[in-house]
Amino acid sequence: MAKKNPTQMQTDWTYAPAPESTSHIRLEKKYQLFINNEWVEPSSKKYFPSINPATEETLAEIAWANEADVDRAVKSARKAYKEVWSKMSGIERGKYIFRIARMMQERAREFAVIESLDCGKPIRESRDVDVPLACNHFFYYAGWADKLEYAFPHKIPEALGVAGQIIPWNFPLLMAAWKIAPALAAGNTVVLKPAETTSLTALKLAEIIKDSGLPAGVVNIVTGFGDTGAAIVNHHDVDKIAFTGSTHVGKIIQRAVVGTHKKTTLELGGKSANIILDDAPIDQAVEGIINGIFFNQGHVCCAGSRLFVQENVADLVIKKLKSRMESLYVGDPLDKNTDIGAINSKEQLDTINKYIKIGKAEGAEIYQSECSIPSRGYFCKPTIFTGVSQSHVIAQEEIFGPVLTIQTFRTIDEVIQKANNTPYGLAAGVWTDKGSRIFNLTTKLRAGVVWANTYNKFDPVSPFGGYKESGFGREGGLHGLSAYLK
Amino acid sequence: MEVLKTYKIYIGGSFPRTESGRYYPLLDAKGNTIANVSLSSRKDVRNAVVAARKAFGGWSEKTAFNRGQILYRMAEILEGRKLQFLEELKKQGSSKEKAAREVQAAIDCLVYYAGWADKFQQISSTVNPVSSSHFNFSALEPMGVIGIIAAQETSLIGVVKFIASAICGGNTAVVVASEELPLCAVTLAEVIHSSDVPGGVVNILTGKLSELAPALASHMDINALVKESLGGLDKPIALACIENLKRNITYQPGTEHGLQNITDLQEVKTTWHPIEHIGGASSSY
Repeated sequence: MAKKNPTQMQTDWTYAPAPESTSHIRLEKKYQLFINNEWVEPSSKKYFPSINPATEETLAEIAWANEADVDRAVKSARKAYKEVWSKMSGIERGKYIFRIARMMQERAREFAVIESLDCGKPIRESRDVDVPLACNHFFYYAGWADKLEYAFPHKIPEALGVAGQIIPWNFPLLMAAWKIAPALAAGNTVVLKPAETTSLTALKLAEIIKDSGLPAGVVNIVTGFGDTGAAIVNHHDVDKIAFTGSTHVGKIIQRAVVGTHKKTTLELGGKSANIILDDAPIDQAVEGIINGIFFNQGHVCCAGSRLFVQENVADLVIKKLKSRMESLYVGDPLDKNTDIGAINSKEQLDTINKYIKIGKAEGAEIYQSECSIPSRGYFCKPTIFTGVSQSHVIAQEEIFGPVLTIQTFRTIDEVIQKANNTPYGLAAGVWTDKGSRIFNLTTKLRAGVVWANTYNKFDPVSPFGGYKESGFGREGGLHGLSAYLK
Repeated sequence: MEVLKTYKIYIGGSFPRTESGRYYPLLDAKGNTIANVSLSSRKDVRNAVVAARKAFGGWSEKTAFNRGQILYRMAEILEGRKLQFLEELKKQGSSKEKAAREVQAAIDCLVYYAGWADKFQQISSTVNPVSSSHFNFSALEPMGVIGIIAAQETSLIGVVKFIASAICGGNTAVVVASEELPLCAVTLAEVIHSSDVPGGVVNILTGKLSELAPALASHMDINALVKESLGGLDKPIALACIENLKRNITYQPGTEHGLQNITDLQEVKTTWHPIEHIGGASSSY
């Protein structure tokens, strides 16, 4: 620093802003419910705003569906199931799904921008992860529609009927794709409810569904809050409930369907362990830790939120981790340089701050990167806690934000026990250079997805879902089909 | 003078009486006492779960081939004890022909699942061609400790099919025998005990369904509950299962058992592993 730069090169490495343009997106001021391929006013006459969490500005007004609206949507889905969709050949069903995938690809950029506006996630992520994965999900399941009899040996594939689907706000479009694509491929019709803070991309998807010529009523999208979701869950003519969200709400849903004929799949919370062994490639592992906990602001059910580092490399790993955290850009989700965008809602930011407070009170040592955060909007600095023990609340409960707890361990047995000592079982990560050690750990960790020397990777062909209280059923891949077949 | 058998329960590889000291008399059609059967308690359930959890690591890590051999050994021992089971079934009201069919079905069932042990994985696993440089596969893993409520209207086959399909895939089990027809389940414990099945892998309790089923359903360290529909008991059991999101698997009575009985008690685990591409020939080697 003291030396003068002889070549006069710029040594201030801050990036110039590189915001993605919003000029090419089309957003209505007001969105109605999408029922039977038509935009209909909610019988509740009520609307609620969808807020851009980075600016706190209202993006659009969204219809709030009540019980009567949900009933209308289920009736439309039932009619479409009975009269059209269940009678259509697999190859024809598949063609519609392929067409939806293609039309999404054509409008990918618009989807990415709206997703970042509505959800707060960095444009780099919505552009490179959410939207392509969502398109690919439709593309993957489209091809299954006429091949269902190959999927499960000794089983005659049969659709369930009307699927009620309730999705979260962390990957709005991607979750809609995860739900709709396999349901349609298996021959079901759909009533989908997006999360109340992130309805926009699902409604844009409805535009595509309409444009694609998909028969009316096959997909219905009803927006609203928890009461709208409850109306779907409790509707007598729904055959299947697929839910992604918190374990708490998952259990409420499961209670509600007891004694009915409804099948459920639940993709719930997690507190996933990310384990760094002393022979791991440390720099790659540090990238993996960053990606594990700060990807999508930590709003990831499978986030690697419990880091376990082998004691003899802990100091080094934590030092490198802190240094890497300093290079993370927190800010405008639409800026292509941004690593960490906005927290999805004020409510979620409050939850995260509550946990940060608890962590400090429990005696864990906090470190936050020194980055600046915008004065407006909901933002949270990347945060890690060291000196954490198993009994700490922040090591047990899902925070759903950019907050990492770090524990150390000495032996492999110890870390397996610690990692598995949780009611959750969604995902885990293992970092080591030794193949046999990887498979020792990956087979003993009680989790539905295990990443070895990588983290937070997703693919339409790759089944995803949890053990224990992280839910049941799988989404993606061949196994994801079984959730929508008898 | 005939030496009568004491019907005890089976926990962690030993045959204790219920810790509660209670019993219930089993009567034949004429009202004569056939046996005094253990009336197991909630505490027995808890002890059995501890034993089953302790046995889970070792059993699930045995090779599939080895588990198949042990299941086949069970079939061998059951075959050797055929007469005893026939007698017990008749004592409990079965006709000679029906008893013979049931014992044969139980032996066949064990042979059937012995064969599945090292095959169901191959049929149900996938290698997933992801669009990135990773080797990605999904394989089945046992869920853990399974609560089994034996099919109530049979004494032997209704317990054998659920035990065999659970342990075939590496799970351990806590079993509640048929309340009215409990004898064969206890004798089956002796078969299991002499078949190289490690202690704790299968634990068998007798007693009142209304007392033991809720205890199984609400236990936080049981991963799944398997049964045939029990009518009015189904709903409270389903509700109790939600506390730890226990997988609640209920078959309609008379459903034929098969591969699904195994896979219903398995979790799908997906593993991602990077593939390095450095040097080497690209496509023309």
